[in-house]
Amino acid sequence: MAFLQIVFYVFSTVLVVSSTLVVTVRNPVRAALFLVLAFFSAACLWLTLEAEFLAITLVLVYVGAVMVLFLFVIMMLDIDIAQMRAGFANYLPLGLIVAIIMAGELALVMLSGEFGDVELPRPSGHGADYSNTAALGKLVYTDYVYTFELAAVILLVAIIAAISLTLRRRPETRYQAPEEQVKVRKEDRIRIVKLPPRPERRS
Amino acid sequence: MTETLITLWSGLPLFLQLGLKIGAIILPLLGMVAYYTLAERKVIAYMHVRVGPNRVGPKGLLQPIADAVKLMFKEMIIPTNADRYLFLIAPVLALAPALGAWAVVPFTDTLVLANIDASLLYVLALTSMGVYGVVIAGWASNSKYAFLGAMRSAAQIVAYEIAMGFALVGVLMAAGSLNLREIVVAQSGGIHEWFFLPLFPLFLVYLISGVAETNRSPFDVAEGESEIVAGFHVDYSGMGFAVFFLAEYANMILISALTVIMFLGGWHAPFEIAPFTWIPGIFWFFGKLAAVAFLFLWFRATFPRYRYDQIMRLGWKVFIPVTLAWITVIGVAKFFTPIGHWFG
Repeated sequence: MAFLQIVFYVFSTVLVVSSTLVVTVRNPVRAALFLVLAFFSAACLWLTLEAEFLAITLVLVYVGAVMVLFLFVIMMLDIDIAQMRAGFANYLPLGLIVAIIMAGELALVMLSGEFGDVELPRPSGHGADYSNTAALGKLVYTDYVYTFELAAVILLVAIIAAISLTLRRRPETRYQAPEEQVKVRKEDRIRIVKLPPRPERRS
Repeated sequence: MTETLITLWSGLPLFLQLGLKIGAIILPLLGMVAYYTLAERKVIAYMHVRVGPNRVGPKGLLQPIADAVKLMFKEMIIPTNADRYLFLIAPVLALAPALGAWAVVPFTDTLVLANIDASLLYVLALTSMGVYGVVIAGWASNSKYAFLGAMRSAAQIVAYEIAMGFALVGVLMAAGSLNLREIVVAQSGGIHEWFFLPLFPLFLVYLISGVAETNRSPFDVAEGESEIVAGFHVDYSGMGFAVFFLAEYANMILISALTVIMFLGGWHAPFEIAPFTWIPGIFWFFGKLAAVAFLFLWFRATFPRYRYDQIMRLGWKVFIPVTLAWITVIGVAKFFTPIGHWFG
């Protein structure tokens, strides 16, 4: 068990440090990359809790897709660090107030007694043939099938809404129509003209 | 003799055992990568009616070693305005997932480093991380060409990853498991049971997406020489360039191995009768792998590069609908038709 503890402390240290760096580092691209590292360490921690499906899905969805798109956008920013520092004094009071309110709210939640020093037992270890994924699938598609389908429909609606909100028809833009391009035959484009040979006049 | 070896082996500490096992996979893999580059140059040369490298060693067989030595002794230049740390870490991020994914690849029925339950997801997750190497390299170089290459690559990989993931959903429906070993076991019984037949559209989608995912020709717009010099690795030299090169070829071999496992029956012989079953499974595995890897080279010698909007159109508007439709077909066929057992 000692080895598992070392693993836990290594990954949780990396997680805490990288999450701190996400909000303190100046360069947004580096901040995004530290967020990636934070996600990855969190996934590794979940692995030690035998939640391999969730861990791998976290890496697959957030690290593999969401953060790539984030980086895609952030990298195109023209970053001027001097300009970003300029407003620091102006924003400081407001920022402090928000921080104090958030800290107070967190303290209220933590002190409410729901998060007392109740120590949850470590999940009992399963055999090597226990399939976390299959167990999760069974649960989602039987007991929680309606909630699951509802979530799916909400996501579908969100996708359609996002697309229709950002879809702009710009009549001046010219598009290629591949289906028309592939239908083109030689006869439509080329006209072969027979010209009678004209002998060159000898000088 | 065998027993002495087994006692010797189990006497070793665990981390040493694991290290030796990892070495037994990585070192041959790097050798394969080296000779894959030679094979590429030779194959393309013959397809172009040239001779290809034939100066170093007998028939040019030492060419990859000469290349490696040359790259190792070259100076690695870091551009003045580059982000130094990210510039150096990018090639490592490109190579590490390509090697890490081999941990779950089953070479034969028993020969697999980690027989984990969700290995298909693991492979998907790791291959999806390969894009970071390319994107970070492009940004850290602080060069327009490199940046354009990185942007192209990011958009392309995100597009094709979805199609690839859906193709694998079909495989896991047919196999009823996320475990790569069990996916191969589900294909036992001869060539007609291999998944490339019932899942033929998904097989094609997976193979083509694999070519796109590894940034290989005809989808190599991320490094299109005629447009953006060398794309994301234009500022890399020496070992940095060599590591990107290694990553690209290791990824190609990995995609070939995964295609063999998911669609071409892994270590199984095509016919379960005498002369075929005499050959051990590992030879079948690597034989099929070589055949798929050859396709990558053949593509490069044959097809001109795709136009960028056509790449996007193919990924989003052709492959994703095809895979979605075929997933429905699998579901219906499995439960409502007499050939359902064929679909798993």
